[in-house]
Amino acid sequence: MTRINLTVDGSRVSDEVEPRMLLVQYLREKLGKTGTVIGCDTSNCGACTVHLDGVSVKSCNVLAVQADGGEVTTIEGLAQDGELHQVQKSFRECHGLQCGFCTPGMIMQSVDLLKTNPNPSEQEIRVGLEGNLCRCTGYHNIVRSVQHAAAATGGAQ
Amino acid sequence: MTLTDDEMTQAEPDAGLEIGKDRRRKEDQRLITGRTRWTDNLVLPGMLHLAMVRSPFAHARITNIDTSMAKAAPNVVTVITGAEVADEQGGLPNAWPITPDQVTPNHPPIAVDRVVFAGEIVAVVAARTAAEARDAAELVDIDYEELPAALDLKEAAAATPENGGALAHPDLGTNRSALWTFDSAEAGTGGNVDEAIARARTDGIVIEREYRQQRLIPAFMEPRSTVVDPTGEQITMWSATQIPHILKFLLAAVTGVSESKIRVIAPDVGGGFGGKLQTTPEEFITFLLARRLGKPVKYTETRSESLMAAHHGRDQWQRLTLSAEKNGRVTGFKVELLADLGSHVSLVGGGVPVLGAFMFNAIYKFPAYQFNVQTVLTNKTWTDAYRGAGRPEATYAVERIMDELAAEVGVDPLEIRERNWITHEEFPFTTVAGLEYDSGNYEAATARAKELFGYDELRAEQRARREAGDRVQLGIGVSTFTEMCGLAPSRVLGSLDYGAGGWEHASVRMLPTGKVEVLTGASAHGQGHETAFSQIVADRLGVAFEDVEVLHGDTMVSHKGLDTYGSRSLVVGGEAIVRAADKVIEKARPIAAHLLEAAADDLEFKAGRFSVKGTDQGMAMAEVALATFAAHNLPDGVEASLDSDATFDPVNFNYPHGTHLCAMEVDTETGQVTMRKYAACDDVGNIINPLIVSGQLHGGLVQGISQALWEEAVYDDSGTLVTGSFVDYLLPTSADTISFDLDHTTSPATTNSLGTKGVGEAGTIASTPAVVNAVVDAVRHLGVNDIRMPCTPERVWKAIAQARGGAAGGGGQAETVGAAAPHFDESTGMEGTVDRTTGGSDA
Repeated sequence: MTRINLTVDGSRVSDEVEPRMLLVQYLREKLGKTGTVIGCDTSNCGACTVHLDGVSVKSCNVLAVQADGGEVTTIEGLAQDGELHQVQKSFRECHGLQCGFCTPGMIMQSVDLLKTNPNPSEQEIRVGLEGNLCRCTGYHNIVRSVQHAAAATGGAQ
Repeated sequence: MTLTDDEMTQAEPDAGLEIGKDRRRKEDQRLITGRTRWTDNLVLPGMLHLAMVRSPFAHARITNIDTSMAKAAPNVVTVITGAEVADEQGGLPNAWPITPDQVTPNHPPIAVDRVVFAGEIVAVVAARTAAEARDAAELVDIDYEELPAALDLKEAAAATPENGGALAHPDLGTNRSALWTFDSAEAGTGGNVDEAIARARTDGIVIEREYRQQRLIPAFMEPRSTVVDPTGEQITMWSATQIPHILKFLLAAVTGVSESKIRVIAPDVGGGFGGKLQTTPEEFITFLLARRLGKPVKYTETRSESLMAAHHGRDQWQRLTLSAEKNGRVTGFKVELLADLGSHVSLVGGGVPVLGAFMFNAIYKFPAYQFNVQTVLTNKTWTDAYRGAGRPEATYAVERIMDELAAEVGVDPLEIRERNWITHEEFPFTTVAGLEYDSGNYEAATARAKELFGYDELRAEQRARREAGDRVQLGIGVSTFTEMCGLAPSRVLGSLDYGAGGWEHASVRMLPTGKVEVLTGASAHGQGHETAFSQIVADRLGVAFEDVEVLHGDTMVSHKGLDTYGSRSLVVGGEAIVRAADKVIEKARPIAAHLLEAAADDLEFKAGRFSVKGTDQGMAMAEVALATFAAHNLPDGVEASLDSDATFDPVNFNYPHGTHLCAMEVDTETGQVTMRKYAACDDVGNIINPLIVSGQLHGGLVQGISQALWEEAVYDDSGTLVTGSFVDYLLPTSADTISFDLDHTTSPATTNSLGTKGVGEAGTIASTPAVVNAVVDAVRHLGVNDIRMPCTPERVWKAIAQARGGAAGGGGQAETVGAAAPHFDESTGMEGTVDRTTGGSDA
């Protein structure tokens, strides 16, 4: 067991974890942050995407001990002061989700994408979300959601 | 690509009405904030976790199982094998024996003595944590003696004990499960197919083709998960299932536990696509162990387990014979299928091809039709419903072969369809397969799709590229489809030997505060039921959209229902809600009349208010609700309740239709295919929520496109699933797909008062043939007339190379692209260079 200290959605946490525990397991099982979900065991689906020190990562691809000292944001910490993040609002506005299982990861990836490229083209959005699988929407409305968020935050879509 | 389907928003909905509005979904708030109730989120006091030990072999005898090391591992509570629980475990149910003599192997949830597919459960470990259970599962020591496995569908169909072919279940003596046939001459719905084909062989056109429907994996994003809590008076099961009501009934039937002691909850469910329309071994095992141990038990599968052992879809060989007059009017269609059931006849898997039987005549007026399917057992994962279930397989076959007919006759693929389709004046129309199509307008949908697509311009570009001998050629694919959905009617399902009906149930409860609770048996897994059903009730009862609460997916709350599949929720479940709401109004009427001191017949109900005709006297439904609750002043003999129930069982299926057009670019040197444009005009009757309808279509389209281009479950020669992870089983990503141009026409359904038709499966059914027709169309002038799905670059390249080498006949000898004539000639409309291999057999 190894002790780790990190900040998750603004709260400081400290735990003993097995060295093999994945960050996604730590978030779900130890912290009850079940907004982050597990969709595959090969790091292909992206459903577990969170931000680690401000950058999107697949949390099934990171050991909890590797996150020691870091700052993690999950879908549950994205809204600030009761106000949804613009990307969350846009997914709702543009029907960018159906069953919603991929949605937390998709939103976290989109937030990161827009941070690095505030005004992406359709193709840049498509490539930027390539690591996140969705089986319901056919991606059409996910792309629109990101375009909508970009426009709402000053991008010129 | 412009994202134009905002244009789908219908013409001017009535501003006062909810139906027709682009309402944002009620469901989304929890889904976008991570407050969703997935089964795997559940943690109960003292809960144990399961891990499954699965067979690495497709077919083997289990000669020894040693569980002692696993039992001794840290925090392991128990390890069980099939033999140990054989007395306790009933076989998994088969709800659709399609013939009285169907061969149905016994299906224990845990294998006993013999495994019949790679991935079958052989032993189960229960431990304190999931990780400990998985660790211990590695310690279960099993000796197998490998047996010959039946893997190839055609070989399995031909295998007998005498010819030494491998049998999936040697004790049964055959791999042939059931033979189901339909003949229009016998049914009295049409002529004799063999006579039509014989006539055409001397004076007409006969086209014979063999198509492969590859095996697909539904691949819902949320892996299956089950929690069973036996503590308390009832046993509660949470499961990521599409069918909580059916599951409850079958759990009771199989285990002998009283139905009243079982509660099944499907909380938020992360997609299904038919893949969660099943009673799984994992559910039965979790139920059994929870009862045995007296503690809550959870099992959540890994993705690898899901791909290997949750059911697969499609998997057919289709042998087709189409006869036509020289002008392209079809005279007969004969269909012979082999359908791979896998190792067991699953819940409704045997019936999937039978559902398709009714769709092989599609939108056409075929005068003679014969269908027969042989279902076959193999040593692979069992197959069952996958988005569209039977209808995509049929639609693919007929839409592909109609293109072959167009090529033979030398006309545009849309022209051949027009020569054969049912015209809008002819509805209602009884088809050669015996269905009555209630409404539709194929001409209008086709005209709109052509316009949206820019059909004539793209055809012109195609000609120019051919003439120029471009390396990258353009193909245009057409799919004019219809489907039968909205399962019920119960009477028809019964006539097909399906084990249940197809009605749906709803309760509508007017609460004292004027809010409304709606209970529906249609349990959602991403379709937006809470939103669409709220819109319906808001209009019917004249209450605010926000004041309607839709409850579903819990058998103790919505106690009756037949769940969600076959695009039935809105057209069957939605109509049940309408009827229950109408009953609430009728229950409120005498109370309102009493309070208004008027005759009940003198009251009219509009926009949530009862009014005395011809006066300004009236009261709101909310006031009636409060007065009913208080019950101080009710008329004699009237109960103090504005709750109502209704079930609805439609008299017919319903028949959405549409025209889908796809442009594909094909690199003739590499076989690379790229989608250039996809446009479609669908007709799903009246639309409750355009936003949800377009979303359903987008998702459906990509699943169908994906069958055409990417997805295939592949087994190796030993029966191991090669595509056992998302590394190998290729789901499309955002970067693989494009945006769509969609519009709709409206032919209201006549079999429900909402006038709606199903939409959940339409896109998937329509898009696969559109894409493959486009790929073949791009290279037909090179002599290619078929490419097997998925149309990978390798398969496309090989087809071109073979044609260039002359193997595919006629036009295949062309060395340069520009040298071959187009496959139809618009100037004459009739004669052109065609592939003369037709009329023979390539089977």
